[in-house]
Amino acid sequence: MRRRVAENLTAYGFLSAALLCFAVFSWYPIVRGVVLGFQQVDFVAAPTWVGWENFERLFADPLFAVAWRNTLLFTVLALVFGFAVPFLLAVVLNELRHFKAYFRLVVYLPVMLPPVVAALVWKWLYDPGPGLLNTALRGLGLDGPGWLDDTSTSMLSLVLVATWANLGTATLVYLAALQSIPGELYEAAELDGAGVLRRLWHVTVPQTRFVLLVLLLLQVVATMQVFTEPYVMTGGGPQDSTVTVLLLLYRYAFYYNDFGTASALSLLLLLVLGAFTALYLRVTRRADA
Amino acid sequence: MNSFRLRRVAGLLLVGSLAVTACSSAADTASGGKVVLSVNGQPPQTQAFERKIFDEDVAEFEAANPDIDIQPHEGFMDPKTFSAKLAGGQLEDVFYAYFTDPAQLIARRQAADITDHVKDLPHYTEIRQELRDVFAKDGKVFGVPTANYSMGLLYNRKLFQQAGLNPDTPPKTWDEVKEAAKKITALGDNKVGFAEYSKNNQGGWHFTAWMYSVGGKIARQDGDKWVADFDNDKGRQVLQHLKDMRWRDGTMGEKQLLVIEDVQQMMGAGQLGMYLAAPDNVPTIVNQFKGDYADYGLTGIPDGKGTLIGGEGYMINPKATPEKIKAGLKWIGWKYLNPDRFDKNLKRYKDQGQPIGLPVPPVADIWTGDVKAKQTELKVANATVPVQNFKSYVDSTPAGLIEPPNAQQVYAILDNVVQAVLTDRDADPATLLADAEAKVNPVLAQVK
Repeated sequence: MRRRVAENLTAYGFLSAALLCFAVFSWYPIVRGVVLGFQQVDFVAAPTWVGWENFERLFADPLFAVAWRNTLLFTVLALVFGFAVPFLLAVVLNELRHFKAYFRLVVYLPVMLPPVVAALVWKWLYDPGPGLLNTALRGLGLDGPGWLDDTSTSMLSLVLVATWANLGTATLVYLAALQSIPGELYEAAELDGAGVLRRLWHVTVPQTRFVLLVLLLLQVVATMQVFTEPYVMTGGGPQDSTVTVLLLLYRYAFYYNDFGTASALSLLLLLVLGAFTALYLRVTRRADA
Repeated sequence: MNSFRLRRVAGLLLVGSLAVTACSSAADTASGGKVVLSVNGQPPQTQAFERKIFDEDVAEFEAANPDIDIQPHEGFMDPKTFSAKLAGGQLEDVFYAYFTDPAQLIARRQAADITDHVKDLPHYTEIRQELRDVFAKDGKVFGVPTANYSMGLLYNRKLFQQAGLNPDTPPKTWDEVKEAAKKITALGDNKVGFAEYSKNNQGGWHFTAWMYSVGGKIARQDGDKWVADFDNDKGRQVLQHLKDMRWRDGTMGEKQLLVIEDVQQMMGAGQLGMYLAAPDNVPTIVNQFKGDYADYGLTGIPDGKGTLIGGEGYMINPKATPEKIKAGLKWIGWKYLNPDRFDKNLKRYKDQGQPIGLPVPPVADIWTGDVKAKQTELKVANATVPVQNFKSYVDSTPAGLIEPPNAQQVYAILDNVVQAVLTDRDADPATLLADAEAKVNPVLAQVK
């Protein structure tokens, strides 16, 4: 035992700096955030304990339910698009014989664009007046929608931007999974007379099931924290149709300077995301076993 | 979209949480026995002229006051970092505040009580009372106003001419604005007659200006409580007017959810006829878009029954010692409230080719009596921009009304009302106002 610890001492030494950074910049803020959720602070006098008051305030805020509903809608829409589109794209990319590297680069390019820049570019594309999308639609004799300005399309418009911006990463992960499938499986299926769709259904999907599940859970965790797109593109409007949990949290902290209630909300979000993370860990552990 | 975002917010909250343990800032006195005074409001390096003026002022003040060591910091009030700075002991001794903030800062005890010290501030009593009131509560003083604006109507003189309108007789009523907007929009080529903000609390802010302009209010005092006061004929009139311009006349463009930068860009690009603005928008547009002062005009707010006034001032760190408060007020008085330096300041601006004659600093309109008369006289004598383009604004005399209590929270709710009429053809002003009033009342009930 002692020998084993001694052997690992160097590793622990290297690890300590990283652990210290995690403790200071990751774990301590989380702990403080939990404590702040039960306090009221003005940063002059000592904080006062208020028990569940911050949570009660949140539950009384009509925007609280709206923000969760919007976040859920965003998550579901983002999964429908963000899950299916990259998978199909990866399947197509995997079938390519020529210009493979070029197309992979093209698909990955949007990921390299800073999120705020992407949001601003799309804001222009969505402009219902001289914006590119509606100008093109008018060229086809169609009346374009209000995109961000219409409560019925605002959230979908944000989802499209988020999907577009994150498409590359998911596609590359799927592509890696697809390429790890042994070629013999496809050959055997072909010998049995299976067409493209049957090969996809009976070989590709079962072989990539684990990667699909992990990415699904990771995407739930990531999409529930949507902030940049609504903050930059709609500010939560029109008529609160794009207020998300993180945007509401931001408003409490930095518009109303109510850090206690903001922390209470972040705590609730943490609990929900924690549940998904636990599920993710269970899935990955089972796969490792 | 990754977990970095959550961590970033958590990190920001951490910075805030440090308040609990943070100690006071640097020592009050340096080794030489000087009072060390940190101040913000220093313009960034990118604004070379303003920065030079500020740094020269610091040097001149220190030479005249050898017992004070000024440590200037870049930047103004950023509500996003204010609490974190206060928590971490990084807030300057003398800090900048917009008119929207003092009430909450005072309520949260985040500014020093300077009542006993302000008596020694020269010319304090010659500052307009309603501006001084912004920084006071229950007879106690917590800050000093240094500049203010009142909302007017900014318009593009070139587009007015092209549309057959006389730029020397700008619209005086909202009905005239509506008619002018039609003519400008009729020019085609994506020209927009009138634009309005509706995002990031700016819709609520401008709705307030609209309400004041027609003689309405946002909130009124009912005994010792504040209650909402916009769900009435005036509120409905304002929303209906906006709705008509947006949907019936089609004079407000297709794109909505605009903020000030979007609208300034439209104006700078020559695509926009009119919008509600404070005078400081003019130099911003001219500088950013290499424009010409002759192309813009400013007139009083339409209907003119009242106008929203806003502005800025300086407050003092609640942890400051009496020595620092004294030195801080000396700095504020010398730098921002000093009639003896009007002439010199105007000449410095003029020598550097800066615009003189606009109703904006270096000659902020905060004064009454002799100081005001002296300032006006010097401004006219040194004018470098076509003053007549702004004459109708200067000559208009609507009552100046300050922002409602808990302004930012109220504006966030009113944003929705403005967004609704600008994005939903079927929006019903009466329902929107009733709904907003039900949300605003609990916010106003928190005002102490």
